Amino acid sequence: MSGVRRWTMIEHDRAGAVFLALIAAVAIAAPVLNQLVPASSPFHLSTYSLTLIGKYMCYAMLALAVDLIWGYAGILSLGHAAFFALGGYAMGMYLMRQIGPRGVYGDPILPDFMVFLNWQKLPWFWTGFNHFWFALVAIAAVPAALALVFGWFAFRSRVTGVYFSIMTQALSYALMLAFFRNDMGFGGNNGFTDFKDILGFDLHADRTRVVLVVVTAAALAASYLACRVIVSSRAGRLFRAIRDAESRARFLGYRVESYKLWVFVVSAVLAGIAGALYVPQVGIINPSEFAPINSIEAVIWVAVGGRGTLFGAAMGAVLVNYAKTYFTGALPELWLYALGALFVLVTLFLPHGLAGLGRRRRRAVQAGAAVPAIWVLGSHVGVSLGNKLK
Amino acid sequence: MLGELGEASFVEKEAIVERLSARGDPSIRPLLSALLEDRLIVRQSDQRVFIVKSADDSLASLELIDPVSLAGAGSASRDDLTRIGTNNRLRKRLRALVARFDLSNPDAAVRLAAVQEILRSLDAESLELLRSRSAVEPNAGVKAEIEIGMGLASLDSGDSRARLAAIAALTRTLSPQVRNRLAALVEPTADGGFAEPDELVRQAAARAVRAIDRWRAFYGVVETLFFGLSVGSVLVLVAVGLAITFGVMGVINMAHGELMMLGAYTTYVMQLAMPNHIGVSILLAVPAAFLVAGATGVILERTIIRFLYGRPLETLLATFGVSLVLQQLVRSLFSANNRSVETPAWMSGTLQMNGALSITVNRLCIIAFTLVVFAILLIVLKRTRLGLDIRAVSQNRAMAQAMGIRTGWVDAMTFGLGSGIAGIAGVALSQFTNVGPNLGQSYIIDSFMVVVFGGVGNLWGTLVGGLSMGVVHQLLEPYAGAVLAKILVLVALIVFIQRWPRGLFPQTGRAAESQT
Repeated sequence: MSGVRRWTMIEHDRAGAVFLALIAAVAIAAPVLNQLVPASSPFHLSTYSLTLIGKYMCYAMLALAVDLIWGYAGILSLGHAAFFALGGYAMGMYLMRQIGPRGVYGDPILPDFMVFLNWQKLPWFWTGFNHFWFALVAIAAVPAALALVFGWFAFRSRVTGVYFSIMTQALSYALMLAFFRNDMGFGGNNGFTDFKDILGFDLHADRTRVVLVVVTAAALAASYLACRVIVSSRAGRLFRAIRDAESRARFLGYRVESYKLWVFVVSAVLAGIAGALYVPQVGIINPSEFAPINSIEAVIWVAVGGRGTLFGAAMGAVLVNYAKTYFTGALPELWLYALGALFVLVTLFLPHGLAGLGRRRRRAVQAGAAVPAIWVLGSHVGVSLGNKLK
Repeated sequence: MLGELGEASFVEKEAIVERLSARGDPSIRPLLSALLEDRLIVRQSDQRVFIVKSADDSLASLELIDPVSLAGAGSASRDDLTRIGTNNRLRKRLRALVARFDLSNPDAAVRLAAVQEILRSLDAESLELLRSRSAVEPNAGVKAEIEIGMGLASLDSGDSRARLAAIAALTRTLSPQVRNRLAALVEPTADGGFAEPDELVRQAAARAVRAIDRWRAFYGVVETLFFGLSVGSVLVLVAVGLAITFGVMGVINMAHGELMMLGAYTTYVMQLAMPNHIGVSILLAVPAAFLVAGATGVILERTIIRFLYGRPLETLLATFGVSLVLQQLVRSLFSANNRSVETPAWMSGTLQMNGALSITVNRLCIIAFTLVVFAILLIVLKRTRLGLDIRAVSQNRAMAQAMGIRTGWVDAMTFGLGSGIAGIAGVALSQFTNVGPNLGQSYIIDSFMVVVFGGVGNLWGTLVGGLSMGVVHQLLEPYAGAVLAKILVLVALIVFIQRWPRGLFPQTGRAAESQT
């Protein structure tokens, strides 16, 4: 596949272009409205709202990660919050080391909770986290390693569908229980908080927050493009084939396990990065981030936005979370009713999510144009086989 | 003589108490126990001694009882009364004296406690008392306890043959008290000698200690197994409803936990309705919870789930939405706080099997209850018309329909059955966890793991899977602690599923192929 063709695929992604433009608009407007517009003006964006926007974009990245594997490869992971939280913990460990002697107990090396638990020295797995680059590596490597090991075993023994979902959920639940333990060395149920600065910049300063939001927006845009490239590639078409008819794809000679493992690892890394961006903005990470309900919520965002569309998933995350913020503030009693009803109604009446609303109209116009991916792949194999026989 | 108690020193009080009880008049017992429980007071105005009903300091005025006639003697204000104090030595003496009176109590449990109390501080006088009691004691348990006490006493006898006989008699008892006493005989003392001068007796004692240790180790394993089975029973109970909805129907019912929560709240409401009959209310709560949760399940199936058959991941999302609505519903109706559900009297307490093994009644109840529920479910599935229909539809829906089975109705009934059993599980859960809106969430993962581990679609797999998970958890717990044991079990299950993706008892044949 040539680079030119790959580019045209992205170019033809009109909804994606709108989505990227939206991100760009947010990345420009948010800092301007927060920094340059005076606080007295009605157009001023408070730092609280700015942080909310940053948070939503982190969730949107998590939704992209879920959509990549669920929407395209048909792997429903109910443990993606675990990868998100692992990335967050990696970032949190760096931020804890940055506190240095400014903690309550003033120990230059040990974080407060370790002093409190009477630990004498830093556990081995904390070494290196005083360097930002090391944390960056860990943010990607730790979720990737977990996804690699878990996925390798699971896909190889053909744990699929519902079983895979339940296993990932159990994994995330086991991790949550583990991180709740004080002896793990990750702060027990309080987790990490009271961060001071990142790379020398004060985390409580508005400017740092603005930069974090812009970085998050850039990361979100980059993740979107990366996902789009993956799903537009030949591998992407194979993912859809696996989603629609896994055995058939296997019988056509594709190594289904390797493809699934690969996309699962990529998705885990994306989730980890989202978590790492999330932690400095909300200022806390604790084991409840591993809670199975968080993973399910991420799946819900994707379902509401529209699975298998990428931009729909991201928009779903923003919309649902905006609604959550609004309802829990204005009508806390009603929030769970609304959220619950939303899931039921979306699954019953909008199987393609909100993004499906527009698509259904278009499909009516070009009826019959959609060719199942599996046929395309089948012909592909036919051609290559024919070439070999020549 | 009573009047002196107020002014007396502790030593004098002890002497007074001795003299009083030497008469052997049982009417002195209330006075002794009142003194023991800080309920004996002196009225300042006339220096007379009374018993008060309660030692509660918060009451302004207290009801008085005359210590001799035990008749009510009016009440007095708190300020006018001075409590007669006791010290450790005096309390110890009082307990022994009270126990003597209790030896002839008609209640065997009281007598047993009295014997144990006396054994704590044994002297020649109380030994004589026990010996005479042993001759007339009708209850075997109390008699055995007396025998132990006498055996322990004979260990101090000067005659080595009497000591040997005592050791032989004591070998059969497994209480830690006896074991420690025998072990002390063979331990060398600080100066190199032995507490027991006779070599033969020492050997017998050593053998007895080894025998007792073996039995105690055996009963330790039995106890762990029993605890494990009771933990496993809970797992089976929470999973067996899901084995129907998920295992037989293939519906990923994330609202399963909330159906259990409904059952638990039904128990709470039943107790509110009949606060004076807790024991009956819990029995009535079982069918009530079945109906409430079952009806909810039928409504769920008819309005939502039937549109989603064949799309398991979508059912997961929809039922998760339902679970949120149910949680909030309970929060709105009962508030977000935990509700306390009382345990009926017949479910509390322990059964002392022997010196080494005691079994708590509520654990025994949960095991029995689980087995009964499981047996009933099995009978429903294998022996009734509904069960036949359920199996027919799950094996071949189209063919069942062609044979005239109303598949829609069977679906609703199947889901209702699974949900109703979740409700019953909720009744059991209400007895040992907090009844709150989050009750369901804490069990949902466990129940899915049990069903997957046992093999989807196989009820026996759920039973074996749940029980073995409980036992493994209980075996690990002493070494790893509760949380780590749980993590280890989860990880072990994840690894197990990688190797055997279809669980302990996989379905075979065509039905298995078409189910995935």
